Amino acid sequence: MGKPLAFYEALYRDMEAARDATGIQEKVLIQVGSATCEKAAGADAVMVEFTKLIQASGRQDILLKQTGCTGRCAREPVVGVFFPGKMPVKYEEVTVPKVQTIFQEHVQNGRVVTDLMLDKRTDTLYNHVVTLCSSRSCSPDSGRTLENRLKRRLDANGVDPDTIRIFQGGCMGLCSPGAKGNQRVMMVYPAKALYHFRTDQQLDEIIQSHFVRNEILSQYLTRTDFITENFFKLYGDVAFFNKQTRLTLRNSGLIDPESLGDYVVNKGYEALARILDGKDSRAVIDEITRSGLRGRGGGGFPTGAKWKNAITYTDDPVKYVVCNADEGDPGAFMDRSALEGDPFIVIEGMTLGAYAIGARKGFVYIRAEYPLAIERLERAIRKAEDHRLLGRNIMDSGFDFEIEIRLGAGAFVCGEETALMYSIEGKRGQPRIRPPYPTQSGLWGHPTVINNVETWANVPTIILFGAEWFGRLGTEKSKGTKVFALAGKVRNTGLVEVPMGTPLREIIYDIGGGIPDDKALKAVQTGGPSGGCIPARLIDTPADFESLAAIGSIMGSGGMIILDEDDCMVATAKFFLEFTQSESCGKCVPCREGTLRMLEILERITSGEGAMEDLDKLERLGQLIRKTSLCGLGQTAPNPVLSTLQNFREEYEAHILQKRCPTHKCSRLLKYEIDPEKCVGCTLCARRCPVLCIAGKPKEAHEIDQSRCIQCGECFNACKFGAVKKN
Amino acid sequence: MTGTDVKTILHKDIVKFIRECLKKDHPDSYLIAVLHKVQGRYGWLSEPHMAEVAQLLQVPTATVSGVATFYHFFRLRPRGRFAISVCLGTACFVRGADEIVEAFRSELGIGMGETTQDGLFSLETSRCLGVCALAPVVMINEKVYSKVTAKQVPELIRQMQEG
Ligand SMILES: Cc1cc2nc3c(=O)[nH]c(=O)nc-3n(C[C@H](O)[C@H](O)[C@H](O)COP(=O)(O)O)c2cc1C
Ligand code: FES
Repeated sequence: MGKPLAFYEALYRDMEAARDATGIQEKVLIQVGSATCEKAAGADAVMVEFTKLIQASGRQDILLKQTGCTGRCAREPVVGVFFPGKMPVKYEEVTVPKVQTIFQEHVQNGRVVTDLMLDKRTDTLYNHVVTLCSSRSCSPDSGRTLENRLKRRLDANGVDPDTIRIFQGGCMGLCSPGAKGNQRVMMVYPAKALYHFRTDQQLDEIIQSHFVRNEILSQYLTRTDFITENFFKLYGDVAFFNKQTRLTLRNSGLIDPESLGDYVVNKGYEALARILDGKDSRAVIDEITRSGLRGRGGGGFPTGAKWKNAITYTDDPVKYVVCNADEGDPGAFMDRSALEGDPFIVIEGMTLGAYAIGARKGFVYIRAEYPLAIERLERAIRKAEDHRLLGRNIMDSGFDFEIEIRLGAGAFVCGEETALMYSIEGKRGQPRIRPPYPTQSGLWGHPTVINNVETWANVPTIILFGAEWFGRLGTEKSKGTKVFALAGKVRNTGLVEVPMGTPLREIIYDIGGGIPDDKALKAVQTGGPSGGCIPARLIDTPADFESLAAIGSIMGSGGMIILDEDDCMVATAKFFLEFTQSESCGKCVPCREGTLRMLEILERITSGEGAMEDLDKLERLGQLIRKTSLCGLGQTAPNPVLSTLQNFREEYEAHILQKRCPTHKCSRLLKYEIDPEKCVGCTLCARRCPVLCIAGKPKEAHEIDQSRCIQCGECFNACKFGAVKKN
Repeated sequence: MTGTDVKTILHKDIVKFIRECLKKDHPDSYLIAVLHKVQGRYGWLSEPHMAEVAQLLQVPTATVSGVATFYHFFRLRPRGRFAISVCLGTACFVRGADEIVEAFRSELGIGMGETTQDGLFSLETSRCLGVCALAPVVMINEKVYSKVTAKQVPELIRQMQEG
């Protein structure tokens, strides 16, 4: 064993001892999520209340801990109460009064408050909860078949299947070489026993032991080191989580993001130690190349190839690595949550990358709009420096590397890599033509590798578990997992990490819980302002780079906005174009002027002044801007318009030919009318109307003068009798 | 300091920060960081402040104003005591943020980017605060309000007027 491994082992021992000294294994653990969304939802007050109650109770056997975001954003703040050896219990939308109830009932008296549980779960009423790994990559009988088989065997062994709750989970990331297509895996709660089996006979043995005699059958326990194990142990009993495969987010919601110790005892820094301990820098690049990892920032460029390119410029001793945390897509929050939930994994990833290409300095370029992520990252960097995991002579290896944070200032174009570099240099962030690529001439002219937050977060895991293992997740050309930020008209808004190639339907319905208020799904918007709108009929499309591109959208960085029947596709396209138009840096003409012309046309259409030729004009202009713009911003700006034109042309036509917005979203096309049957003549609408275009005597039906109406909707909102109709 | 009198020199912490930057590699690359500090303290970037930044950091004044005008985050006008920022990111848009903008506009009688006569409120929009799952959101000074409805707007304004 060389010096870095010895350094690592000492570090691990220290951190483990520190953890054990808190008595976490025997204590009641209360975890409060504390990312930006949780704070917005009131997590700070929850934390304060628990602290008060614990102090007042005088109990020493309770541990209160903050964690990052679990990604279950719609139900935040989420609080977990974990009694050793009992089913983990999660509560949703916790408020101060609820804290008092939870503390009194559950923590003090051991009675779970089922009414307040996450997703109104009633698992405590079951004797056991089983999560089956239903990933097709390791089990030949997937999902339903396996579930039925388990139920049959339970029955045959005299165990009432109704006393056990069974879930079909996603891949647990457990797939080991040789196991492919050959094993079935199940996690049993509250024992948190992870079994693997093949034959019915083996399954019977497990059932007899675990479910009948209540004894864990160790001979079928899985021994494989399994990266998402700790996450699954805490959250694997909730449908929203157990359908996911959490690689990059495996620590989010599990560890205290401000605790280096938590990260280290969850396999943190093992990858770096193994590499620094005598491995050639080429070994890192080879492993990443073989893994097939592609950039998660939107472009999907092979990461290994990028790094390899950077090291060909051997004559320049100065190189840089950069983490792109600009996250400009308005409606995406993966990178923020990742940095708030587990900043260390990104730092370790960057350190590995720096070692691979021979950089001694790195930058994280992060949006100023993310104050909490910035703060957590700053603390994490300082802690890593204090423990010699950054700075000089890292882990006694002789390798030096430091990281500096640079803030963005609200310019979408600065997410583009060449603009980003100008911004780090303190200049206006205007893109330049490539080549030369940053790997040849980047920051201050030196070779620079720029990768997205999620790309960096994948690196330590690949080094730890190997390229082959990573490659088993995902599809032929899109390996590994992808984090999506699910928002819009979907029940479970939040963060979702799934293997590449997971059908959109699974993400939206099985994990996302479908569309609220029983509305119909209309479209899925992926890729933000650079992406497209996928119509509902294509939701069986697998979410991977190639498949999404083939249907006129893009994977993008992971923003996924769900649109329902009430959303106007023309207005949505206009929304994105307004965005890109105002974010255009103005350097090249097609993007600056072209997008403005397209926007003018859309303005006309949404205010009832469009003509059918406008649609051809939009298409022609769009193609032109695509082909002639300088950078990705302009090249992709027409995508939302082109994809809606392709998939929802009839909506454009309704706006033009019938001067009607089918979803009543475009206010200029609305017509307000008063139903004389319902109007009681209360005069409220006439008094509210800002242009005084409603006439009528008290106690008689009123009427709107359409020629003067400005469609502001004041009368509609004011009427208490539902007499004003919107058409 | 008298509060309204911003024509005096920059706060000593900022001056110190600039001096530290001058000792590092590529001092001019810290321009954006310095402007963040100035805005963080004074709420906006005034001409005299920018001129002083230029002088201390040894970059042309034109560069400073070029950068300050390029980035939306930097404000070149003071804002109200309550800076109301309605998120117009995609998730918030889909969840009806435009109605919230309308509600603030009609309640306060000002347009986007404007400040009320009494200097109490200013209205602006932002592009995604990353809290999309709780859309629509409004940020007032540093506090984020989630799942806001247009109906809550008059109440929010009343609370601010009283507090
Ligand atoms: C207009 C525009 C905005 C972009 N915004 C981002 C962003 O916010 N985050 C990001 O990681 N990449 C963004 N990119 C992609 C970057 O240019 C670059 O490809 C990426 O950071 C490379 O990292 P990756 O290979 O790990 O994806 C953007 C590109 C364009 C053209
Ligand atoms: S779209 Fe409003 S917070 Fe993201």
